[in-house]
Amino acid sequence: MTATKMVSLTIEGRAVSVPEGTTILEAAKAAGVLVPHYCYHPGLPVAGVCRMCLVEVEKFPKLAPSCATAVGEGQVVHVYSEKALEARKGVLELLLINHPLDCPICDQAGECELQDYTFQEGRADSRYREPKRFNPVEDFGGDVLYVTNRCILCTRCVRFMDDVHEAPVLCVSERGDRAVISKAADADLTHPWAANVIDLCPVGALVSKDFLNKARAWELDRTASVCPGCSQGCNTVLETRDNVVVRMKPRPNEAVNHFYLCDVGRLDYQWLNRADRLESPKIRLHDVLSPVDWELAIAKAAEVLRGRRAYVVGSPHLSNEALFLLKRIVGTTSGEGVFRCATGPEAPLPGVEDLALRVDRAPNVRGAELLGFARRDDDLLGGLRSGDVLVVAGDALEGVDLRRAAEASAVIVIGTTLPAGLPVPAAVLPIANVAEEEGTFTNLRGRVQRFLQAKAAPGLARPSWYALADLATAVGAPSDDCGLPSRAFAALAASEPAFLGLSYDALGLRGAPVAGAEVAR
Amino acid sequence: MGYPHKSHPQETPVLSKHFGDPAARTLEGWKARGGYTALAQALTMAPTAIQDVVKASGLRGRGGAGFPTGLKWSFMKLEDGKPHYLCCNADESEPGTFKDREIMRWTPHALIEGVAIGAYAIGAETAYIYIRGEFSEPIRVMEAALAEARAAGVIGPNAMGSGKRIDIWVHKGAGAYICGEETALMNSIEGKRGNPRIKPPFPAVSGLFGQPTTINNVETLTAVPHILNNGAEWYKGMCLSSPKSTGSKLFSVCGNVAKPGNYEVVLGFPFKDFLYDLCGGPPAGRKFKAIIPGGSSVPVITIEEAEQVRMDYEGFLEVGTMLGSGGVIIFDDAQSMPRQLARLARFYAHESCAQCTQCREGTAWMTRILERIVAGQGTFEDLDTIFDLSESMTGKTICVLSDSCAAPVVSGIKKFRGEFEALITGRRSSTVAVGV
Repeated sequence: MTATKMVSLTIEGRAVSVPEGTTILEAAKAAGVLVPHYCYHPGLPVAGVCRMCLVEVEKFPKLAPSCATAVGEGQVVHVYSEKALEARKGVLELLLINHPLDCPICDQAGECELQDYTFQEGRADSRYREPKRFNPVEDFGGDVLYVTNRCILCTRCVRFMDDVHEAPVLCVSERGDRAVISKAADADLTHPWAANVIDLCPVGALVSKDFLNKARAWELDRTASVCPGCSQGCNTVLETRDNVVVRMKPRPNEAVNHFYLCDVGRLDYQWLNRADRLESPKIRLHDVLSPVDWELAIAKAAEVLRGRRAYVVGSPHLSNEALFLLKRIVGTTSGEGVFRCATGPEAPLPGVEDLALRVDRAPNVRGAELLGFARRDDDLLGGLRSGDVLVVAGDALEGVDLRRAAEASAVIVIGTTLPAGLPVPAAVLPIANVAEEEGTFTNLRGRVQRFLQAKAAPGLARPSWYALADLATAVGAPSDDCGLPSRAFAALAASEPAFLGLSYDALGLRGAPVAGAEVAR
Repeated sequence: MGYPHKSHPQETPVLSKHFGDPAARTLEGWKARGGYTALAQALTMAPTAIQDVVKASGLRGRGGAGFPTGLKWSFMKLEDGKPHYLCCNADESEPGTFKDREIMRWTPHALIEGVAIGAYAIGAETAYIYIRGEFSEPIRVMEAALAEARAAGVIGPNAMGSGKRIDIWVHKGAGAYICGEETALMNSIEGKRGNPRIKPPFPAVSGLFGQPTTINNVETLTAVPHILNNGAEWYKGMCLSSPKSTGSKLFSVCGNVAKPGNYEVVLGFPFKDFLYDLCGGPPAGRKFKAIIPGGSSVPVITIEEAEQVRMDYEGFLEVGTMLGSGGVIIFDDAQSMPRQLARLARFYAHESCAQCTQCREGTAWMTRILERIVAGQGTFEDLDTIFDLSESMTGKTICVLSDSCAAPVVSGIKKFRGEFEALITGRRSSTVAVGV
């Protein structure tokens, strides 16, 4: 590797040293100075058109667009000099002259960069006395609505579709202040990754139909999570209001999903809010399920498992910790662990290396495999022996041939809902879904990533690691070391070679690869 | 001039010598008039030797910026192994400018020769002549002449038997003023939207198709064969004032003037003589009031200022304007300056490529304010707003279109503020005979 030449400069009085070729804007970021900008986005080619990131560089004859100007040795940059502030104030005024100022009904309000920067350094009033231009709202297809009047023509959406999605559907049409973003004839944004333009749009011009008028940005609680939609493991932010997930957005992670999240993933969050949930532990009494407390349910489950082989149907939707504890139960009972995974067509994002909506539509296929669960997509219960205890954990068993379940001596269900078509279970243990607990998933490249709890689980439902740790103890498997998700992970890392050396804290919010992960990205 | 009138005795017809002479359009006719001798000579010279001659001649870009041509050519690294391109900017869209049109109409082979020499001098095998789409006749003439030159082997894979390849193609614009900006022109040739590119990288490093490229104006390239034929000293000798401005230059004269048309004079010619002798002064019964001397993008000057000026790059700078493209737009005392400037601003608002905020919104806003003032609805604050707006529009964008909108407007308001104030206060200026 050749050593990168470093360039030292001063930005707003702070000395900073960055690799040669870095832009002033990125160097300022490194120095902890945010240069206001609209058209610049680190994931897109530089356009340099909004002229918002103008800064004063000593000895330069003119203000420099910091997104398009490379750093120079010894440069002295002023982001907040009078000249630079005046220029940006001018840009802000011009961006607003034809803007409808409809913040009260705009979904972007509260997370709008036009609002933010105007508040920060714009004029308090406008000198514009002419009629504002008006254009109707346009449906761009997919999840995207184009509110033309709010558009500042930063062209982030155009560049995303051209250069990242490589589906040149959007363009700037017309000239002067008549210019608008248009979509190509006979094409629209019904593309697997197109809804990213909504996140990229710095203002309220591109809005989500799904989120339209649903909530105000400032009412939302935001939680770092991982998309459960496929084995890519895109980092996400779950946005909740009043214990309801209302939106899922990408969370940047250079090693996994850059800045993006596919449309399938982002729009498939409603199931996290399902109301028909198992809310109480239950046991079978006289062939009917009766709610009981957790101690009774766990004891009942342990009782039916005693001396029996557990045939555990796990799920790639369960966390590494839950699968690890299930594995211990399997081990203690000399049983067997299997899982299945739904599949769908792969949809790559062409402009980003190794990013796609994956065939396996569950977040933890790799984790299940690493923890010794055998994948049986076609014949899930095929390995069930007569007299086994069928333990169904996290799989709703839809579309599964359940005839063999009758061979089981008993059924235990650990899940969010009760699968239909099973013999009445001996015990039912309600657990939280991915939004309601914390844990880790292992993506298809072997990257272990944490997700956090975004909302409360219903009723008496417990996090999966909690319920399974108790069950494992009850059946005689070691689990006294799993009293917290972090401890469950520590136990996993201590006993599973693939996870050796990983620590829950060190995973942070960016994750880390398991031993032998094939792509050390 | 040459067409439609004979040249004035005080003109120095070099480029315009054969204007109006249909026989000069053909290859045979052009050769009979001494054509292609410079190209033949150039092909025997080293490219750097041609660059040196052009450098020594003092030739500067005639498209508006006035950048020394030989120096521009020397930015092209000849041995870099990359394909080089020459683009001839024939997208003559600057309001008030129509000199390139006449060069292409009457002396297409003069341009072809200049382009071929230019291409050879920068190590390019391919040159594009980007012609404004509205120029239907010049396009027809140029294409016919190119076909003739190709058929005769003057250009092509073995130009004039030299073994050098020089291909020249006409590319027709689609009617956007901004495509005359060199980087937008390159985007347009590439089939992209004609948006100016951020510089750096400059075209000599990464231009057309990402390769080293030089862009020269029609008039600039047409002057090159004459320089090679007659020598740098001859060209340098054509200078009446500043030694930094050499050679002859075509000035397109339009507006309220007795004899509009193209006039070719040596740089440094007194503007007063030019206006009153060559152009015949104002129309009968009128007086000159204001002049935009270098195409619509340069600041307006009053006739009093104009009468003091020497017509060269430095002379016009001294009175706060520019030589620009040489499009002389003349207003007489019957014209309302606010109305004329509103019309100009409207042009820029229409032609802004819509990339940069200041230009996209600023040109349109400025136009609306000016039109409101012209309609008698203006206020004094509007004038301050325009000055403030022009600050935002100057020196802050990718190209200079918004600067070009602000320059004539701001200078016009400064120099003819009375007319604006009269409209604002509801009076009519005594100098304005035609209603607004």
